[in-house]
Amino acid sequence: MKLPYSEKVLDHFKNPRNVGECEDPDGKSVEGSPACGDMVQLTIKVDEKTRIITDIKFMSYGCASNIATGSIITEIAKGKTLDEAKKISWKTASEELGGLPAVKAHCSVLAVSALREAIRNYEEKHGIVEKPEPTTEEVVKRRLQHVMNPLTGLDVIRTNLITSIKIEGDDKKIIEISVDLSEDHQFANNVKEEIKEKLQYRNDVDEVIVIFKK
Amino acid sequence: MKEKIIYLDNSASTRLDERVLEAMKPYYFDTYAVATSEFAYTLGILAREGLDEAREKLATKLGGNTEELIFTSGSTESSNLAIKGVLKAKHKEGNHIITSKIEDFPVLNSAKSLERDGLKVTYLDVDKKGIVDLEHLKEAITKETILISIQHANQEIGTTQDIKAISDISFDKNILFHTDATHTFTRLPLNVSKIPIDLVTISAHTIHGPRGIGSLFIKKDTPIKKELDGGFQEQNIRAGIENIPGAIGFAKAAELVTKEENEKIKNLRDSLIDKILKEVPDVDLNGHRTKRIPQNANITFHSVEGESITLHLDMNGIAVSTGSACFSRSLEASHVILGIGGDHEQAHGSIRFTFGRYNDIKEVDTVVQVISDVVERLRKISPLAKKRSD
Repeated sequence: MKLPYSEKVLDHFKNPRNVGECEDPDGKSVEGSPACGDMVQLTIKVDEKTRIITDIKFMSYGCASNIATGSIITEIAKGKTLDEAKKISWKTASEELGGLPAVKAHCSVLAVSALREAIRNYEEKHGIVEKPEPTTEEVVKRRLQHVMNPLTGLDVIRTNLITSIKIEGDDKKIIEISVDLSEDHQFANNVKEEIKEKLQYRNDVDEVIVIFKK
Repeated sequence: MKEKIIYLDNSASTRLDERVLEAMKPYYFDTYAVATSEFAYTLGILAREGLDEAREKLATKLGGNTEELIFTSGSTESSNLAIKGVLKAKHKEGNHIITSKIEDFPVLNSAKSLERDGLKVTYLDVDKKGIVDLEHLKEAITKETILISIQHANQEIGTTQDIKAISDISFDKNILFHTDATHTFTRLPLNVSKIPIDLVTISAHTIHGPRGIGSLFIKKDTPIKKELDGGFQEQNIRAGIENIPGAIGFAKAAELVTKEENEKIKNLRDSLIDKILKEVPDVDLNGHRTKRIPQNANITFHSVEGESITLHLDMNGIAVSTGSACFSRSLEASHVILGIGGDHEQAHGSIRFTFGRYNDIKEVDTVVQVISDVVERLRKISPLAKKRSD
């Protein structure tokens, strides 16, 4: 068989490690979306004293690179402190796997973002992040870089699908996002759900309103 | 490779039939000259006769006359020539063509490329089964319309179009009609003396013939200009030394397809669909249940991604293709699945199985068993599968 993947990628693809969900997870994240492509879910258990990741599990709706990266990330992160785990990059995962095709970077980078988001989720819940980052326009844009434009498969920021971002309020913010899609577009609802999901759980956000093109 | 591969990607390309190769051989080793005029040397005259015989056989199969068929390098060239050649000949009469959203790339991208140069193109909607909206077709026709190009059957979901109705509409409005019959030629009835069509694209690679040979049927007196400049071959419509062994092989391949074989292939396909729909939960058949070519099945396995399925199948010696973005070179999801109103999730988990001469029922059973195991395994790790079953 002639495949563009290393033995190790195929091994993790065939026998993914640490699959499933941790019970009562201390941190959780979902990156990507079914509407537009691959998706990875991560749950972690963290020792409160040592801040060591004691358990980590993943689930994947994705291609071989996505599954293999999800699997290897759990192996690398397990037993590491949160600070160590934050430094794990796509390059770390790719090197550990013996290389990934460059064209598959976007499928495999999701697992890395998922790990960082799960850690952030833990830190936010446990008040470790000294001062939770206020939701600014920059933060909104960064979060929306994880929402795909279903028409192109690239993110909504890079493809200019978001026409304006309005933020009102202080600790109970109302965020208004205008999208360059009409309401009856076949992907309108997917995009709306994803935008909401990426923002509404932030602790200073009260409501997310998605406005479609008239 | 320990075991025989189960090859179910016959719409991409087929295994050559030995009998085709045998028919071609003399034109490589004995009658290897170019096709010359009747006033030249014997070897060239014999080559010419072989070429014209192949042309006659294929033209007859289509219900046309010998001089109405020219050889090309395959479907891509045939469809490019049909669309661009007609436009070149008729651009003074109009600046509008009509095609559908789910055409194969040679037609679709020819249209897009001409559109960038200023041509107006209407891409017709299709319904959820992939059938072109004929009302939309009628409405789309303007005084500027010079060509309608709608496929006979779809490359991915296998849906067949009502080419009789389209032919009637185009005849009525005096507009040229081209159809891409790459996936129907010899597999389904197609006769231009019964259903008038001006241009038909056909190819050998889908019927166990050689690659690199196809034809364009061009009805007598259809205005068309050549695309490749060069010699005066193929009635001065397609320049270049004729691929005579290819043409001989194409004619032989067309001759070898029988009604019985098409019936056998259809039964295998039906058996695969029935078994998968019965044994694998949460799946959808893409395309029309009956208005489809006999060799095609296309099924979406929800909550799992197609490249993961094809990779697992490959590791089990099974070759299929998928409409998933992750599998394609362009990283774009199938425009056909999106065209029939599917979302990326539906394209993501879609698998195309296409049958040919060398498949048998044992293979169908193996494939059903393997795919049902693979899908179950992938669903165990899929967060979506959990969501859908909750």
